[in-house]
Amino acid sequence: MKIGLDVGSTTLKCVAIDENDNILYKKYMRHFSQITSKSAELLTEIAAEFPEYESASIVVSGSAGMGFASRLELPFVQEVYATRIAVKKLLPETDAVIELGGEDAKILFFTGGTEVRMNGSCAGGTGAFIDQMAALLGVEPEEMNALASESEKIYTIASRCGVFAKSDIQPLLNQGAKKSDIAASIFKAVVNQTVAGLSQGRPITGNVLYLGGPLSFFPELRKSFDETLGLTGTCPENSLYYVAMGAAFSPDSPEFNLKEITEKISAYKSEKGYISCPPLFESEADYEAFTARHSKEKVEINETVMPGEKLFLGIDAGSTTIKCAVINSDYQVVYSRYMSNSGNPIPAVKEYLGEFYSKYPDAVIECSAVTGYGEEIIKNAFNADLGIVETIAHYTAAKRFRPDVDFIIDIGGQDIKCFKIRNGAIDNIFLNEACSSGCGSFLQSFAGAWNYSIADFAKLGLFAKKPVDLGSRCTVFMNSSVKQAQKDGASIENISAGLSVSVIKNALYKVIRASGADDLGKNIVVQGGTFLNDAVLRAFEKEIGREVVRPDISGLMGAYGAAIYAMKHSKGKSSLMNADELKNFEHTVKAITCGGCANNCRLTLNTFSGGRKFISGNKCSKPLTGNKPKVSYNLYDYKKELLSKYRPVAGSKGKIGIPMGLNMYELLPFWHTFFTKLGYEVVVSPESTRETYLLGQHTIPSDTVCYPAKLMHGHIEYLVQSGVRNIFYPCMTYNFDEGLGDNNYNCPVVAYYPEVIRSNSASLGDLNLIWDYVGPHRRKDFVPRIHKIVCERLDKTDLREIERAAGAAYDEYESYMAKIRRKGKEYIDLAKSENMAVIILCGRPYHLDSEVNHGIDKLICESGAVLVTEDSVSGDVEKFATNVLDQWTYQSRLYAAAKYVAQSHDKNINLVQLVSFGCGTDAITTDEVRSILESSGRIYTQIKIDEITNLGAVKIRLRSLFAALGTE
Amino acid sequence: MNTEDRIEFTKEMRKDYTILIPNMAEIHFELLNRVLKQHGYKTELLRTSGREIVDEGLNTVHNDTCYPALLVIGQLINALKSGKYDPHKTALLITQTGGGCRASNYIHLLRKALKKTGYGYVPVISLNLSGLEKNSGFKFTPVMAMKFLSCLIYGDLIMLLKNQVKPYEANAGDTDALVEKWITKLIATFDKGKGYGYYAMKRILPKITKDFAEIPVNKTDKVKVGIVGEIYVKYSPLGNNKLEEFLMSQGCEVNVPGLMGFVLFKTDNRIEDINLYGGKKIKKLLMKALMKYMLHIEKCIASAAKAYGDFIAPASYMHLRELIKPVMGYGCKMGEGWLLTSEMMELIESGYGNIVCAQPFGCLPNHIVGKGMIRKLREIYPDSNIVPIDYDPGATQVNQENRIKLMIAVAKENKNPEELRKIVS
Repeated sequence: MKIGLDVGSTTLKCVAIDENDNILYKKYMRHFSQITSKSAELLTEIAAEFPEYESASIVVSGSAGMGFASRLELPFVQEVYATRIAVKKLLPETDAVIELGGEDAKILFFTGGTEVRMNGSCAGGTGAFIDQMAALLGVEPEEMNALASESEKIYTIASRCGVFAKSDIQPLLNQGAKKSDIAASIFKAVVNQTVAGLSQGRPITGNVLYLGGPLSFFPELRKSFDETLGLTGTCPENSLYYVAMGAAFSPDSPEFNLKEITEKISAYKSEKGYISCPPLFESEADYEAFTARHSKEKVEINETVMPGEKLFLGIDAGSTTIKCAVINSDYQVVYSRYMSNSGNPIPAVKEYLGEFYSKYPDAVIECSAVTGYGEEIIKNAFNADLGIVETIAHYTAAKRFRPDVDFIIDIGGQDIKCFKIRNGAIDNIFLNEACSSGCGSFLQSFAGAWNYSIADFAKLGLFAKKPVDLGSRCTVFMNSSVKQAQKDGASIENISAGLSVSVIKNALYKVIRASGADDLGKNIVVQGGTFLNDAVLRAFEKEIGREVVRPDISGLMGAYGAAIYAMKHSKGKSSLMNADELKNFEHTVKAITCGGCANNCRLTLNTFSGGRKFISGNKCSKPLTGNKPKVSYNLYDYKKELLSKYRPVAGSKGKIGIPMGLNMYELLPFWHTFFTKLGYEVVVSPESTRETYLLGQHTIPSDTVCYPAKLMHGHIEYLVQSGVRNIFYPCMTYNFDEGLGDNNYNCPVVAYYPEVIRSNSASLGDLNLIWDYVGPHRRKDFVPRIHKIVCERLDKTDLREIERAAGAAYDEYESYMAKIRRKGKEYIDLAKSENMAVIILCGRPYHLDSEVNHGIDKLICESGAVLVTEDSVSGDVEKFATNVLDQWTYQSRLYAAAKYVAQSHDKNINLVQLVSFGCGTDAITTDEVRSILESSGRIYTQIKIDEITNLGAVKIRLRSLFAALGTE
Repeated sequence: MNTEDRIEFTKEMRKDYTILIPNMAEIHFELLNRVLKQHGYKTELLRTSGREIVDEGLNTVHNDTCYPALLVIGQLINALKSGKYDPHKTALLITQTGGGCRASNYIHLLRKALKKTGYGYVPVISLNLSGLEKNSGFKFTPVMAMKFLSCLIYGDLIMLLKNQVKPYEANAGDTDALVEKWITKLIATFDKGKGYGYYAMKRILPKITKDFAEIPVNKTDKVKVGIVGEIYVKYSPLGNNKLEEFLMSQGCEVNVPGLMGFVLFKTDNRIEDINLYGGKKIKKLLMKALMKYMLHIEKCIASAAKAYGDFIAPASYMHLRELIKPVMGYGCKMGEGWLLTSEMMELIESGYGNIVCAQPFGCLPNHIVGKGMIRKLREIYPDSNIVPIDYDPGATQVNQENRIKLMIAVAKENKNPEELRKIVS
C-alpha cells in the first residue's frame, strides 16, 4: 500500500492506493493546525480499515508538509510537482491545470514547454480569501456558490490581494448591493487574480483541469473561470486529491510499519523554537492591576428617561459593525447597541430604532447624527439630521474622557484610524492603506479558522509564555508567518498573543510609522472594537511603553461622539423617522446602469418607503444631481482638454501609434508634434478604462508593478488591434531637466517599460515597435540621435527636416507646460479672490488618467475646492536643499510643490499627494513631502491609489482635511 | 541634497573612530575590510543577523523602501544601539552607486534614520566612484583603488572555486578552510605592498585554482543552480535568508556570478550614456581607457579558473554584452540593468539553467530586467527553469523555500526525464 499525505495550509488530504494504483482510501479534513495529531488519526484509521497491510510507503506533500516531513524523516515531494505526477498519469491529455488551495493558487502548463507557476508573496490567499469574504457577507462558505448562481451583475473587486478586496466589498455592502452579486464578483476577483497573477503573458488554452478545494466545491467559480478563459474546463473525479495521489505515486519511497510510524507521529513534539516576544502579562496579579486601572474609564449609564426628555442619537455605521447610542443631555448613555451589520446596515438600524421606540415610547429624539462608511445610506434611509466625518465623531467622544487628548487610535473591524490633535483641531490623520487593512477582522478570521470567537481567541493569548513574533506586515503575509510558527511548534495560545501584538505593530509601524511613544502623543485614547480585547490593549501599552485610556465604551465611541455632536448641533426638532414611519419602512435594492456619461458606471438604487430613492456606487455626482454642469476649477480637466487636441492629422508617411500612458501623458505634445511635422499620422490610444486593463492583463509579467504601468499593456493591445504598423514608445532613462533637483532621471519603470512591452506583448508580432533609447534633455544631441532612429526604424529622412520637426516639438512642449502654469496661476488667483480652498493634487503626469485617479480630482472639486497640479506651481519655486537625493524630474516637482505650500503662508492652499500602489520612488518622496510641509506646520494628506480605490476612505481623508481647515 | 548639515568624517576622527561596514558578498567584503584596516582605518564588518535588525529597519525607514535599505540601515543602527561601540567614536560606511534607482538614496535614508534615533552626530562615509560626497578623513587613494579592484578579482575567483568544490568536498570544512587561508595569505601579500598589480594577480590567481583543485572531492551528480538578482539580496545571506546555504543543503551546486561584471557594467554605462544622449568626449575617452584596463584584468579570472582542474570558468563581460544584444538595449542601466538578464542567459548557456532570481519585494528595476524578462528567456531557452523569489520583512522563509523546492523538483526532472516516465506509465 502507498499512502500520500497532502498537508495543506488549512486542510489535510490523504489517499491510500494499492499495488495497482487503485484508490483504497481517501479523506479530506480541516486540520485546525493540529497537523500531527490529525495525521496520526488518519493513519490509525487506515490501519484499522486495512489490517492486511502492516506496512506502507508514506510520502508527504503540501505547503505545510515540508517541515512536518523533515522532522519526522518522511519523504517529501513539492506539491505542485506532485500534482504534475498525478495529472500526467491519470489525464495525460491535459494542457493546463488550475489548482486553488487554502492559500495557494497555481497554474501548471503541460504542453508547449512545461511550466509551473505559484502565486507570489503578494497575491493573497484564495480558499482562505473566499472564506474571509463569506464571513464578511455573513454566510457560510458553502453558501457562496448558491448565492453566486443567482447573481445579476458583477462588481469590480480588486483582484490583487484579499485584504484589498475587502475594502471594495464593504462599501458595496453598505450601499445595499445584493449578496448574490457580491458573491459572484468575489469569484470573478479570484479568477482575475489567478489569471493575471499567474498566466504572466502565457495564454491558458486547450484541456484545462480544475483542482483543489475551492474549484471542487464551487461550480460557479469554475463557470467564472470558463467565462474568462473562453473554454470549458473540467473538474475531474478526486479533484481534491491530486496532490495526495501524486505523492502516493512517487516511486521508490521507503516503507514504514504503520503502527510504528503512527506512534512516532503522535508522539512527536516540536523541539525547534520559533522567534518569540515577551509575554503580555507576567502574572495573574499583573493582569488584575491592569484590568483595575482600565475599569475606571467609564461612561455613566442611565436607562431612566423622563417623559418628554430630550435625547440625542448617534449612529456609527462602520465597515463590519454598527454602533448606535442614545444619550441624554448629561452625556449619559440611555440605550446603546453594538451589532454586526451582516452585510447590510439598514435592517440592523431599523431593528435598533424599533426597539428603542417601543422601550421608550415617551422619549423625544431631538437630533440625530450618522457617521462611518454607511453614513449616507443610513442618513437617507432614516432621515437622520446630520452626517459627520468619522474622525470628528471620534475626537468628540475622546474629549469626554481626556479633554487634553492629543492622539486617538481606533482599531475597528476593517481599518485603523489614528489622528493627532493639535490646538483642538485634527492635525494629522493616518488611515491604513489598502494593503494592510485587516485589523479586527484579521484576528477574527484566524479565530474562525480555529473555531473560536474573536474574544475567546484573543483571551487565549493573555498568559501565553512565549508569544510568536510575527512582525508587522500586510495581513495576507501573516497567514504564512502563522503557518511557519505552527510548523515550529507554537501553541495556539502563543499564536493568539503573537497576533494581538502584530495587530499593534502593524498599526504603529505600518500605518503610523511611529518611532516611539513620543511620536504619538502624551494623552492617548484608544478605541474601536478591537481594543476591547485586553490582549490587544496590553500589547499596545507594552509596545509604546505608556499607559493609555480605553473607555469602557471603546467600541461605541463613534456613535457616542456622533450623539454628542447631535446634541451640540441640535436645531430643536429632529427629522428622524418616528415610530409609526419606522413600522412602515421598506427598503428595496436594484442594480442599474448610469447613462450619465460614457463610463456607464454600475450603480445601486435603493428605494425606501414612500418612494424615496438613494443611489450609491456612483463615482461622480452626475447621477445624483442630473446633468446640470457645475462650475469647477479643475486643472486635471484643463490638462486633459489640452491633450485631447493632439488629434491624428493625415500624413503622407503612414501611421504611428502612441500608447497613452506613463510619461506619454506629458510628452504627447512633444512627440505628436514631432511626428506630425515629419508627415506621420499620429494615432493615440484613448484614455484608459477598466477594459483597457483587461485587454492587456494577460501580458503583464510582474503583478506588483504599479497600475499605470500595467495599463500600458492594454494601450499597446489597443494600438495593435487598431491596425497601426508602427508604435512609438521609446526608453527614456532621462527626463527634461527642470533645474529643481540633483539629476533628471525617470524612475526605472517609466524609463524602461518599453523593454517589458517588447518582451511580453506577443501580439506585437512583426509590428514595428520603436523602443529605442532617446533623451530630449540634451537638445543638441537629441537631433542626431532621433535622426538616426527615424532613419533606421521608419524612413530615410533629411537631417534638416528632423531639425525642423524637433524645433517645433520643443516649442510645443514648452507652450503646453506654460499653459498649465498659466492656468494654475489663474486658478490660484481666482481662489484667493473668492476665498476658496486650493488643493494642489500632487502626483505624476499619468495620474491624469481617470482610470488611475478614479475621479479623485472630481471629488476634490465637488467639495468646493479649486484643484491645481504640482507641475503648475513647481516652476515658481527656487531649487532648494532636500534631505533626500532629489534625482527624478517628476518627483522633484513634488518637493517643489510642497515648498510652494510651505512658503505660501496661506492656510487655504493645501497639498494632497496621490501615490500609486507599488510605486517605489514614493516610499522616498512621501516622507520628504511630509517633512517639508510639517516643518512649516502644514497638514500632509496622502491618498494611495491602485487598480481599485475605495473612494469612501478618500472622502474621509478629504473631509477630515477640510474639517481641520475649518471649511467643513 | 542637503549638504550643509552633513557630518563629515574628519582627519581627527580617523585616528580613533571605528568604522562599521555592513556585509554583503562574504569573501569580497572580508578582503575589502582587511584592505581598509591595512590603510589605517579601524573598520569592522557587520555580520549580525536576527529579527532585531529587521525590526530596527521597520522602525526607522519607510516600510515600502526596498528591503536592502531596510536591512542595511537596521543593521547599522542595531549595531550602534548594541553597546559594543561608543557611538561618539563610531562612523558608518556604505556604498553609493548614483543611478536612477532608489538605491542611490540609501545614504540619505540612513542619515534620516540616524537623526530619528538620536544618532544624528554619527558620520556616514559614502563609498562611491562618482565623487558624490567627500570626507577629509577618508581618502580613496589610487593604491587603495588598485587593491579594491584586486579584491574583486580575487573574490570572484575564490567564490567561484568555492561554489564548485564545496558541494563535493570529501572532508567537510576543507573548502571553507582554504578560503580563509587564501584571504589571510592575500592580505599578507598586500601588506608587503605586493599582490594587487596585474602581473602579480596573473601569477597568484592560478595558484588559488591549483589549491582548490587539490581538495579531495567525491563528484556526484548535483542539480546546478544559478543565483542572480538585486546585488544585495543576491549576495548577502542576511538579505536572502542564507540562500546559498539552503541550496547546498538541498543537494545543489550553486553559481553566483561575480562582482567584477557589475563594476564593468557600471563603467560601461557611462560610455553608453554618452553614446545615446551625448556628453563630454574626454569623459568617454577616460572611461574607455578604464574599461580597457579592467577588461584586461578581468581576463585573469577566467584564465586562472581554467588553469587547473575542470572548473567552469565565468564568461567575460564582453560575452555578456553580446548575449543581451537581441533581447534588450544597452541603455537599460538602472539597478543591475540588462546585466541581470544577460547573467541569466550566460548561466543557462553554461549549464546552470535552473535559476533563482532574487529580488527585494517591489524592486523597480527588477520589474523590467528580472520578472519582465523571464518570458522572453523561456522563449529563447525553452528548458530554462527560473524562479523569481521576493525578499522582504514579511516574506516567510517557508514560502520562499517551497518555491525553490519546486524549482529543484523541476530541475531534477529535466535532468532525468526517464524518472517521470517511469512513474507515469
